[in-house]
Amino acid sequence: MLATAARLLAEEAPHTPNPIVPIWQEIVVGAIAFGILCYVLIKFVFPRMEQMFKARVEAIEGGIKRAEERQAEANALFEQYKLQLAEARTEAARIRTEAAADADGIRQDFLARAREESDRIIAAGKDQLAAERQTIVRELRADIGTLAVDLAGKIVGESLADEARQRGTVERFMAELDAAPAGGRA
Amino acid sequence: MHSLVIVPARDDLPFPPTVEEFFPPALVDGTYPWLTKFTLLVWIAVGLLIVFFLVAYRNPKMVPSRGQWMAESIYGFSRENIAKEMIGHEGVKFAPYFTTLFCFILLTNLFSIIPGIQISPSAHIAIPVMLAVISYVMFNYVGIRRHGFGKYMKLSLVPPAPWFIQPILIPIEFFSTFIVRPVTLSVRLFANMFAGHMILLVFSLGGFALLGANSWFIKPISLLSWALAIALTFLEALVIVLQAYVFVVLTSSYVSGALAEEH
Repeated sequence: MLATAARLLAEEAPHTPNPIVPIWQEIVVGAIAFGILCYVLIKFVFPRMEQMFKARVEAIEGGIKRAEERQAEANALFEQYKLQLAEARTEAARIRTEAAADADGIRQDFLARAREESDRIIAAGKDQLAAERQTIVRELRADIGTLAVDLAGKIVGESLADEARQRGTVERFMAELDAAPAGGRA
Repeated sequence: MHSLVIVPARDDLPFPPTVEEFFPPALVDGTYPWLTKFTLLVWIAVGLLIVFFLVAYRNPKMVPSRGQWMAESIYGFSRENIAKEMIGHEGVKFAPYFTTLFCFILLTNLFSIIPGIQISPSAHIAIPVMLAVISYVMFNYVGIRRHGFGKYMKLSLVPPAPWFIQPILIPIEFFSTFIVRPVTLSVRLFANMFAGHMILLVFSLGGFALLGANSWFIKPISLLSWALAIALTFLEALVIVLQAYVFVVLTSSYVSGALAEEH
């Protein structure tokens, strides 16, 4: 058996390399092939991947930044609108106050004018009444002498007209009459 | 030894599998070992990765398409979960290499469970050695460039300990940092891929061997053997991803250590 093994070893030894002794030709081929692989991938592929990763990060960060800017812009606009709204409210309040004041003034104006008018009308009425009274009084005064003389002549039975005319009785009486109411009224 | 071997069902399915399985002849006569299944697979992996990334990123958009998203996810994973996690903010500049390394190891490992290929170029130690040498040169280079040669050596070799222990510690540190690191890095990946392939071979070829057994009691066991081969393929898928991840994480950990200010 030992002989067989020795024969086998002798036969196989030249053909079968020792598996833990590297075949230098394979190291050369492997190194060249792996070198080409490294060259192509490290030069042409992975730098582009890094660029792409960077571009993605920038795209995301840029997006966030843009969104923040929009938000700030919107906030500023909102503040501006709020300010404008407040201003408009104040303005409206001012206008309302003014209008109320105006309306009051106008009302006062109208009232004053109406009062004036009514006073004027009342005064005119009073004047007219007084004038008419004067007229009536004057007419009555003219008639009253005649009436009184006529009435007295009827009562006495004779005409006193001439008598009265002669003596001026009527004129005197009238004068007294005139004096009396004037004093009584005063 | 021959007495233990079960006679295979077919002559072209030798059982048990030997190391010879890992060294197929050249694809074209006289080109061994320049043009073998292993070197061809390395070129295929490189070609597929270049095509995938260039196509996925030929016209990148802010809102990525499916392919672009996949490419970005792979890069983002290496960038955030390996480079930044292990090295910190500085790690970002190493992310392109780590991604390339991760993709290359993952795809070449993946070949070991793709039907019709079923072997990883990393099952030959040459490929892991090549990758480990790059990592080794890389972490030493960034360390020397950051601290200067003298200070880097001091940081790497002289741990904070009393002076009389240093004669013991310095050789240990030297051995672990400058010899063990590249060796374990390459052997770990190689051994996983080598053993994974071997295990799958054992169970799938073992199924045929059992089927070819003379006893009818043994023949049905071949089904169990194949079932195990399928189950172990899933395990192998896990190992594939894990080994790619571990290789890149360890490389970044070494770079991180070389950049660090204290031991």
